[in-house]
Amino acid sequence: MDSYLVAILTVAGIYLILALALNLQFGLTGLINFGVVGFYGLGAYASGIATETFHAPFLAGLLAALIIGAIAGALVALLSLRLSGDFLAIVTLGFAETIRLVFNNEDWLTHGPSGFIIVTRPVIAGLSRTATSWMVLGVILLAALLVLLLMMRLADTPYGRVLRAVREDDLVPATLGKNIFMYRLQAFVLGSAIMAGTGSLYAHYVQTITPDNFTTPVAILVWMSVIVGGAGNMKGTVLGALAVVFIYEGTRFIGPWLTMLDAEQISALRFIIIGVALILMIRFRPEGLLPEAYQRPAEAASRITPSKG
Amino acid sequence: MTPRLMADGLTKRFSGTTVVDNVSFYVDPGQIVGLTGPNGAGKTTLFNLLSGVLKPDAGTLTVNGVDATNLPPYRLARLGLVRTFQLARELDRLSVLENVQLAARNNVGESLTGALFRPAATRQAEQAITQRAREVLSLVSLSAHESKPAAALSGGQKKLLELARCLMAEADIILLDEIAAGVAPHLVEEIAVLIRRLNREHGKTFVIIEHNIGFIRNLASRVVVMASGKVLAEGSFDHVAADPAVVASYLGQAA
Ligand SMILES: Nc1ncnc2c1ncn2[C@@H]1O[C@H](COP(=O)(O)OP(=O)(O)O)[C@@H](O)[C@H]1O
Ligand SMILES: [Mg+2]
Repeated sequence: MDSYLVAILTVAGIYLILALALNLQFGLTGLINFGVVGFYGLGAYASGIATETFHAPFLAGLLAALIIGAIAGALVALLSLRLSGDFLAIVTLGFAETIRLVFNNEDWLTHGPSGFIIVTRPVIAGLSRTATSWMVLGVILLAALLVLLLMMRLADTPYGRVLRAVREDDLVPATLGKNIFMYRLQAFVLGSAIMAGTGSLYAHYVQTITPDNFTTPVAILVWMSVIVGGAGNMKGTVLGALAVVFIYEGTRFIGPWLTMLDAEQISALRFIIIGVALILMIRFRPEGLLPEAYQRPAEAASRITPSKG
Repeated sequence: MTPRLMADGLTKRFSGTTVVDNVSFYVDPGQIVGLTGPNGAGKTTLFNLLSGVLKPDAGTLTVNGVDATNLPPYRLARLGLVRTFQLARELDRLSVLENVQLAARNNVGESLTGALFRPAATRQAEQAITQRAREVLSLVSLSAHESKPAAALSGGQKKLLELARCLMAEADIILLDEIAAGVAPHLVEEIAVLIRRLNREHGKTFVIIEHNIGFIRNLASRVVVMASGKVLAEGSFDHVAADPAVVASYLGQAA
């Protein structure tokens, strides 16, 4: 049971980082990225190939994932950002699908559907099984904490204010002298790089990656984390990711109770439960668990009481 | 003296209809130019061309001596030209104060590297910007609303917020599109006083689209009248008001 808890927390940490990156793109900047799993998978394979095929250390694999994620993010962005938001949504969706096909078909590189095996781990050698899994959890939670601090910082600065302005109505920041294309590009590239970096962490945690690890259900859980938590609010994303992962993992336990359903039906049912939770959320609290604060805390602290009004 | 703004033969067509038709005009530094004309004359479209929001099909635009014909809006803003929108475009989920802070120029904390690696400079700049944003808000009588989301403002207050952003942007040229429409009458008077003061004391140049003839007569040193996409008449208020074509175009609209 202990090891199950460690596993859930590890998975929650991974979803949390993905959701924070998506919150930068969608929550703050309003960019619709339906290709989360494309960047995530790209990072996983890039890191795996770096450490296994080229025998690089884990950190080099992570770095490779970040760089390749950034490059892929820039390419996707340059293809579509000047056009409408809907176009970006479609391009990112196509990107994820293309990436998945490459994973499946380029056996020489990815070993195809049979899976790519990764022995390199982000841990000190010679630890026990339990200690290793705790250490992997530690690495992932540390990464999640760093990304959270980075995102909270960005959201809280004038930089984040411009991103939110771009999201609300890009013509306004544009006519006030902000290069909105650069802001969109930066937010998209940074988010994509972080998603790919998360792929690296995931790959070295599970140690066998297959193209099936990077399909739509993952993207749905990440999107749900952002929306349930409150788009634009980084702390909300923490709550959202925890809630979504715990509900999703918790529904594993319904299986033994519903003996008339087979495994595939159970898996579908788990998504139905998650879906219903999302619908209820959107119906009764559309702004999420922790809505975005439109006023920065620093401002509230230094607010002068108006003398007349 | 270089004109602040010079449009030469600006033309804009929407699916065959010429909405701005070969419009040429200039604005000298320190002028307040009134732009008027019946609804649908093409005034707002002309502002969209002047601010880079739309690209002209023909003609050239020069701002502060720089060829600005095909520049994107943010470059025009950096040349010192800002505008308001006829239909207020407040940023709903930003506070009123944030809407104004956003307009500050050269804010170190607005760059990725500044925000991440220059926290002290970012904080310092932000303090100065916040103070100035509050001064601007008090000029347009919005101080009491600074921490509300902009979505919560009334229609007239949203127009004032538009004006506040322009003032915050420290531009030389400010284009105001029906800034007084929907604003409470006592505030309209205050806006007029404010525009005059900014013009006299700070040398700001204005182009003002306005249907309120009193407002134009009171402020504008020169009036440009548009109808059907063309400049119909140009000159002092009295000169333009006496022009039979202008009278006819307004009567035509009233009929
Ligand atoms: N984006 C657009 N597409 C098509 N027609 C437009 C567009 N914008 C304005 N128009 C048309 O151009 C004409 C001039 O509009 P506008 O510039 O808003 O006039 P004004 O501000 O003088 O009232 C109107 O007939 C309007 O319907
Ligand atoms: Mg108009």
